[in-house]
Amino acid sequence: MKKHSKIWVSVIPLYIFTLIFVAGPLIYMIALSFMTRAEVFGVVGEFTLDNYKKIFEPIYLKTFAESLKLAFTSTILIILLGYPYGYFMAKLSSVWKKRMMALLMIPFWTSALIRLYGWIIIFRSNGVLDSVLMGLGITKDPLKLLYTYPAVVVGMVYALLPFMILSVYSSAEKMDWSLVEAARDLGASPMKAFLTVTLKLTLPGLLSGVVLTFVPSMGLFFIADILGGNKVVLVGSIIQEQLTKGRNWPFAAALSVVLMIMTSLIIGIYRKVTNTKDLEGLF
Amino acid sequence: MKNRTKLPNIYLGVILVIMYLPIVLTVFYSFNESKISSIWGGFSLKWYEELMGDRDLKEALRNSLILAALSCSASAVIGTLGAVGMSRIQSKSKGIVEYISTIPIMIPEIILGMVFLAFFSLLGLPFGMTTLVLAHTTFCIPYIFMMVKARLIGMDKSLEEAARDLGASPVRAFFDIVLPLIMPAIASGMLLAFAMSFDDVVISIFVTGPKTNTLPIKIYTKMKTGVTPEINALSTVILVVTVFLLFLSSRIKKKQK
Amino acid sequence: MSEVLLDLVDIKKSFGDVEVLKGISLGIHKGEFITLLGSSGCGKTTTLRIIAGLETPDSGKVLLDGKDITDMEPHKRDVNTVFQNYALFPHMTVAANVGYGLKIRKVPKETIASEVEKALQLVQLPGYDKRMPSELSGGQRQRVAIARAIVNHPQVLLLDEPLGALDLQLRRQMQLELKRLQKKLGITFIYITHDQEEAINMSDRIVVMNEGVFEQIGTPDEVYNTPKSSFVARFIGNANIITCQRDGRAVTLAVRSENILINDPDNCPYTATVLEKSFAGGMLRVVLRLQSGEEIVASRHGINIKTEVGETVHTGWNPEHAVEVEE
Repeated sequence: MKKHSKIWVSVIPLYIFTLIFVAGPLIYMIALSFMTRAEVFGVVGEFTLDNYKKIFEPIYLKTFAESLKLAFTSTILIILLGYPYGYFMAKLSSVWKKRMMALLMIPFWTSALIRLYGWIIIFRSNGVLDSVLMGLGITKDPLKLLYTYPAVVVGMVYALLPFMILSVYSSAEKMDWSLVEAARDLGASPMKAFLTVTLKLTLPGLLSGVVLTFVPSMGLFFIADILGGNKVVLVGSIIQEQLTKGRNWPFAAALSVVLMIMTSLIIGIYRKVTNTKDLEGLF
Repeated sequence: MKNRTKLPNIYLGVILVIMYLPIVLTVFYSFNESKISSIWGGFSLKWYEELMGDRDLKEALRNSLILAALSCSASAVIGTLGAVGMSRIQSKSKGIVEYISTIPIMIPEIILGMVFLAFFSLLGLPFGMTTLVLAHTTFCIPYIFMMVKARLIGMDKSLEEAARDLGASPVRAFFDIVLPLIMPAIASGMLLAFAMSFDDVVISIFVTGPKTNTLPIKIYTKMKTGVTPEINALSTVILVVTVFLLFLSSRIKKKQK
Repeated sequence: MSEVLLDLVDIKKSFGDVEVLKGISLGIHKGEFITLLGSSGCGKTTTLRIIAGLETPDSGKVLLDGKDITDMEPHKRDVNTVFQNYALFPHMTVAANVGYGLKIRKVPKETIASEVEKALQLVQLPGYDKRMPSELSGGQRQRVAIARAIVNHPQVLLLDEPLGALDLQLRRQMQLELKRLQKKLGITFIYITHDQEEAINMSDRIVVMNEGVFEQIGTPDEVYNTPKSSFVARFIGNANIITCQRDGRAVTLAVRSENILINDPDNCPYTATVLEKSFAGGMLRVVLRLQSGEEIVASRHGINIKTEVGETVHTGWNPEHAVEVEE
């Protein structure tokens, strides 16, 4: 067909929007992270590395370490819970697959904040969990689980689990199961067949799940906020605090840049290992 | 083989129950007469009545609906035009722009909130509905773009050629053939975008102004101070709206196949 | 059949580094059924798309009725196409599909309705107007695609392997129907196929294409019996290509496998070894290796070649069955 130069017009809004409202802010964030904080409020366009140095102050370094630890713990738990789920789901009959997918849609797409609220009801002192446990005579006193570290971990796992499940499922679903049978036929034990065939073929899904859970778990400040009280502080919490209360935007920008770099690194590793561009199971 | 197939099903069931338990509890206690959530005081709609009477909340609901409607329409136009245009042009900038445009759904929400806050104040935009719509439109575009793109890839190119061959101008062929065929993708993308915008908290908190509240922001501030049956009722309202939109979206998707 | 309706003049087309058409020229007469025959990738579909206006040639001209239409957009050409995969609009009924071209030309509604009905009758699908394409079988879709094109009474109808997706029996039946339809309507048909049988059965003239050039243009009889090149001989008649000495110079001969003689008292000067024997499609095929090392195939209907694998036989051909071709 002849080239229609007019078709260019249709992509102009997307180009403009992408450049101004995605590329622009991201570039500004990077610039901001090298700027100096003004005396009272705002920023001065003076180049400095102080914001990055500040990250290495013990208090923030500790936060980073704690955030990483939480992200790590949550991700491991999410893999342990989500991988079998996605794997088993892929083995269901097609009718049940559809039903299970429909059931996953609500946890996947509804706001994590609202889904988490239920956990407050469960965890709070004399809440649902306490009532059940005390009613059954298992515990005598309220457990006081709300505003503790475990509560935050539960919240993280709960909020991000659907992403892992869908990622693993979509890659296990595409898998050619006859390969597993072939491996078994060739004398591999079930465990060996799983490790050498199944795990290898579902690795893209697993890794895509990690991308979708590991980094976000460092940024979901509201989970730490509502389930951890002020006891658990995440990188995301500091960014939020610096933006709203501390008013040290350059520092918040520097923290965000570090988070961005970590995100890109993990996505980069994912792409390298799986040789694909799009994340598995996102759509 | 028989007892081996049972264990996975039990596992799936248990996890599913845990996933739904908090949601069900939230909805369940929104109908609780008693103010203390772990005590069942009988069925009541009084918390919903209270919501109806709350002017602030009505205002927040109105804002949320306007915000979601505006950003999902704007992103539908930009995303659809972009996806259709991109499928036809050969350009090196294409891949880069496509990659950048999907960044908003790849990076943690907090970073997006942070960069919007900083960037909008750099531009000197007044914080409020304008900034909310701009931010939400930005993260809604990828949903529509990717849905329409996937549909266009799956679409037989010769259909449009057939229309041209039968005498349709390029514009006519687009409206007669291409648009009706990508319509389900646009619609389900829009519903998804609406749902995403309607229940967003993180980005909204950063880019809203002091006078503009959305429903999720209201819930978040209330939640920080404690548990009240009102929050249950409010969460239930948002859940019902989101689930309804998701249901519609998947219905349209199914029909398309 | 004398007037040239469509003229292709020295058309060249490349996609990237690949030259798909290397300067092809062809004059097509009014009311002619012409077939472009070649294997996939030979440039036949590109030729068709250039005639339809869906591609623009790098150089050369397309003339329709004496008018240069090389750069005319597809929707302005009096040419319609039946696409390989039918390309029926899935969101429209059969009637809306067939009437689409007329609707665009702003033909009054009642006229469209009656024209659509006539067209559906012609392709033997009366009463299917309210069906959706998804409710039709492959053969029925094919007929709708044809009806959608002929309802516009184009000067030229282009058909891109229209029967490729149908099973053998239906294909044979549709071949006859298409030929009948073409005679009845008097429209010029330009037909693409890779099936030599189909080409021979239907065409007034066959254009054998190979790697972007027209190897030979001629009636089915000419192309079959007097192939110009070894490619045509191989492609059309599954002929053996044999190099031998004649009057002191090397010549290339094409001999079709059914004309290869085995142990015939006359005309069998060569000695050969039987390499292989197989039976397929009602034919027995015997592969022979000549002393020169060349392999040739002999074939017969039935199974009455009395040789065994490994046996040494005498072989040759009646000189009148050997056609000298270009290398």
